[in-house]
Amino acid sequence: MGKLIALLSLGVTALFASEPIAKELNISAIVMFLIFVLATLGITYWAAKKTKTAKDFYTAGGGITGFQNGLAIAGDYMSAASFLGISGLVYMNGYDGLIYSIGFLVGWPIILFMISEQLRNLGKYTFADVASFRLSQKEIRILAASGSLATVTFYLIAQMVGSGKLIQVLFGLPYELAVIIVGGLMIMYVAFGGMLATTWVQIIKAVLLLSGATFMSIAVLAYVGFSFENLFATAVDVHAKGAAIMAPGGLVTDPISAISLGIALMFGTAGLPHILMRFFTVADAKQARKSVFVATGFIGYFYILTFIIGFGAIVLVSQNPEYLDITTGGLFGGNNMAAIHLSHAVGGDLFLGFISAVAFATILAVVAGLTLAGASAISHDLYACVIAEGKVDQEKEMKVSKYATVAIGVVAILLGIAFEQQNIAFMVGLAFAIAASANFPILFLSIYWSKLTTRGALIGGSLGLATAVILVILGPTVWVTILGNAEAIFPYNYPALFSVTIAFVAIWFFSITDKSSRAIIDHEAFDAQNIRCQTGIGSSGALDH
Amino acid sequence: MDSIAVERIKSNPAYNELITKRKSFSIKLSIVMLVAYYAFILVIAFNPSFLGQSLSGGVTTLGIPVAVGIIFLAFILTGIYTKRANVEFDDLTAKIKEDLDKEQNNG
Repeated sequence: MGKLIALLSLGVTALFASEPIAKELNISAIVMFLIFVLATLGITYWAAKKTKTAKDFYTAGGGITGFQNGLAIAGDYMSAASFLGISGLVYMNGYDGLIYSIGFLVGWPIILFMISEQLRNLGKYTFADVASFRLSQKEIRILAASGSLATVTFYLIAQMVGSGKLIQVLFGLPYELAVIIVGGLMIMYVAFGGMLATTWVQIIKAVLLLSGATFMSIAVLAYVGFSFENLFATAVDVHAKGAAIMAPGGLVTDPISAISLGIALMFGTAGLPHILMRFFTVADAKQARKSVFVATGFIGYFYILTFIIGFGAIVLVSQNPEYLDITTGGLFGGNNMAAIHLSHAVGGDLFLGFISAVAFATILAVVAGLTLAGASAISHDLYACVIAEGKVDQEKEMKVSKYATVAIGVVAILLGIAFEQQNIAFMVGLAFAIAASANFPILFLSIYWSKLTTRGALIGGSLGLATAVILVILGPTVWVTILGNAEAIFPYNYPALFSVTIAFVAIWFFSITDKSSRAIIDHEAFDAQNIRCQTGIGSSGALDH
Repeated sequence: MDSIAVERIKSNPAYNELITKRKSFSIKLSIVMLVAYYAFILVIAFNPSFLGQSLSGGVTTLGIPVAVGIIFLAFILTGIYTKRANVEFDDLTAKIKEDLDKEQNNG
């Protein structure tokens, strides 16, 4: 307790000592954030009372509606990194930011056409349920859980480090304290409130973020007389790059990188465990379908807003000395703060406080979803299905999932602190590469390809995972920028084109050459699986009656 | 699901209609999305000035409506799929379930 007080008082002193971007204590931000935390803890308390079974914990009892789930999916996708990162990218490079966001969006229709309903019909709690549906449980669960945990870990480190730095800038809290607050709250949401609390935190945050971003965009458009031509003309006038911000620039240089990035974003989205898990929270395939339709609409709308916000920041922020750091010539807190400064420019201290609090809330909601996905991989896939071989009572499984939540939370806090000074920009890319190269191929082929065998999935999935990791290490970001070597062994930043291809080819080859007795079982189970996949007959009913 | 039910469903024409129709519809829509996106990416890689040309003499470039158009296309495609699936595919699924119940009741 004494330690906690010492830590808190350290935090309070730091509020005055460091240099938040508001340059004075950001009271409205802190008050609004506290309101959000209190409200979400209230929801967690309510959710905890309703979370009695493993099904409640993993899937909110399957009682989330398609519309709610769509908002929650959009919330999972609209992370602080995409809100601040993409508007910052637009602020710096104009049009290139839009190219990036389109890459993030176009995976969604493919998910709808290919896997969302199929996932709902086949799975129960995790995507490993689907991948191992007709294959040998033990091996495929271990592989899928490894892929999930690797994806979650890298994504989580990136979010933790980003959140520590962001909160440091926004609220003036010390880095370590910020990481501990984020980690502590996320453990509470997930361990007590499970998927129900995680989903509602995500929905509330999505509504707040969409409202805030809408207000900022309208304010920007009002300033330029609701004329896009005016907005662009003013931006071109004041931006250092001039008319170049209206056309594709240096983001995408060669076709190999461009296609590889596209594959990573598209198939990576379809392999992110915390996103895939969302399809088990709705009642049936119809609601799963509706979720993606709603999510695609909100995500697309959000990316259009970030584009307007980025240009708004060029017009309203980049020329205002109040927001400029004289020593660097850039924005206070870095160029990712463009949206934050714009909120002050259009709405004053109060609105700055609101957007800062929303940014904090965004981080909390996203890390909670990741933690839940990681904990499920441990408690459902590894513990209940592999170690206990399916013979486990619910209470025990719930207990394990809570321990797993706390363990992941603590590891995330420690890694977040350990990686403070590291360049972690490659980690989100790595998470997407692993999701695209290991999780997606085994999931997709297990649904569609009757000749897939356990051996093929195991060897191909492992090769995809290994190739993604190795190529990221040998690529320019890690090999040159971080490890300090002169030249990259693998010339591209995005390995997905190669690692996804290797995974698919290896799965194909080691499946068709598989003459084992297990292969016969794998083949024969396909018809029954396909019927359930296509019609939902026999699927784990979301509502138990 | 027992093997008798599997055989019954497999021999139901509604089931074959469902999988054939859904597969071809999904593939067609996916191709539209993939072609639009990769065409956009390849234009950026090989001929970026195409998207950089002025739309109508002002600063707004052709790239703006193209990019926003792809965002709308993604949303519209999910809408088209959802609409057809809600009616046609769900009806077929309901019929398959009904047929199975009937056959099982008749032994």
